[in-house]
Amino acid sequence: MQHNALYTILFSAAVCVVCAVLVSSAAVSLKEDQLRNAAEDKQRNVLYAAGLASPDERLSTEDLERRFEQIRSIVIDLQTGESTGINPTEFDQKKASKDPQTSREAPANRASVKRLPHRALVYEVTEGGEPSMAVVPIEGYGLWSTLYGFLAVGSDGNTVRGITYYQHGETPGLGGEVDNPKWKALWPGRKVYDEEGGLAIKVIKGTAGPPEQSPHEVDGLTGATITGNGVTAMLDFWLGEAGFRTYLEKFKEGQTQ
Amino acid sequence: MTGTNTKTLLDPLFESNPIALQVLGICSALAVTTKLETALVMCLAVISVLALSNLSISLLRHFIPSNVRIIVQLTIIASLVIMTDQVLKAYVYEISKQLSVFVGLIITNCIIMGRAEAFAMQHGPLDSLLDGIGNGLGYSVVLMATAFLRELLAQGTVFGVVVLPMVHDGGWYYPNGLLGLSAGAFFIIGLFIWALRCWKIDQVEQEG
Repeated sequence: MQHNALYTILFSAAVCVVCAVLVSSAAVSLKEDQLRNAAEDKQRNVLYAAGLASPDERLSTEDLERRFEQIRSIVIDLQTGESTGINPTEFDQKKASKDPQTSREAPANRASVKRLPHRALVYEVTEGGEPSMAVVPIEGYGLWSTLYGFLAVGSDGNTVRGITYYQHGETPGLGGEVDNPKWKALWPGRKVYDEEGGLAIKVIKGTAGPPEQSPHEVDGLTGATITGNGVTAMLDFWLGEAGFRTYLEKFKEGQTQ
Repeated sequence: MTGTNTKTLLDPLFESNPIALQVLGICSALAVTTKLETALVMCLAVISVLALSNLSISLLRHFIPSNVRIIVQLTIIASLVIMTDQVLKAYVYEISKQLSVFVGLIITNCIIMGRAEAFAMQHGPLDSLLDGIGNGLGYSVVLMATAFLRELLAQGTVFGVVVLPMVHDGGWYYPNGLLGLSAGAFFIIGLFIWALRCWKIDQVEQEG
């Protein structure tokens, strides 16, 4: 159909306005639900890492709130390991890692972490009035993708209480098995540091014994050596000097309370 | 419903399947078919975008200036896709996280633009709506079949329920890693096209 130029311009403008109104009203009206989903998703994964919920459970908003009553989120300074007093709900670690004001270039590492934030959001779990574990965020490159997860460390600042990954793009059935509950169940009880205080935890090729027998080693995932190496590398980095080591020492001494 | 209506709706399933015959929308078919759950949500998203874009473009077909028609179609499609993505993020967050960019990429799914340009611009709203749903279903047939085989053979599960217990979970099934990768989907879609063309010989392209 032939139309003059004015008609074409007016028609295009009208289509743009109508579409823009539709898109923005959808975005605005659904925003609250989306933000809540994202926040709850994070909470859920903290609970999984801490072993306070299992992925098979359906957790309602109230369930999450109740279980989170025993968890305190704090923003810490990675270098001093101390709480910064920043409101955790206003802190976005991913954003902080990108901003040159709040992050620095990461020291050389095998986990392909490029930038290291000055501050990080951690979760401290209290059980029976006593701080029982700290849940720290970890991230690093596997085979295809960056894996994002949480690691829970006991009040001795050394014993792993659980691990979980909430975002990754590894091959399903191979590296994607980092999601497998059976593999995750191998982690609790392992020790991060050896007796000399060196970083010792790693994913090995093949099968490791129970924690008493091989305290620092976790079974590799069949067909996923590189993802396993990625997990080792990110633990090495995030539990090392540049990462949460200082904080975990303070946590052990009860100084972050 | 008249005979032609039924034909418009059902032909895209096997007679003129958008993936198998028109060879459109392959990219997303490879990406989201590792699990049935994600494939199902993707199918629903594509069906709704396709149906609504066909419907609205058909309603506007007499008013769209032909020299900017492709841009207008894309604007409408893009708006529908963004809205779908927003709805998924609000109501099925877990799955939308797994689908990641692929919902957004429905915008570039050739099936949608192809149906808008080839069908909705020439036909009435009802026909176009049916054509949109039909082609969405045709896309879904291939996606669900591929996802079923991939999830079953690569992870031993169907909709997350264990069917073939895997060796490293104490079962007997050695998972097929290749099907977990996108390349695996190529084989399955290839076999699907082959099977379809054995059944409907007129879909075989003439050589030379």
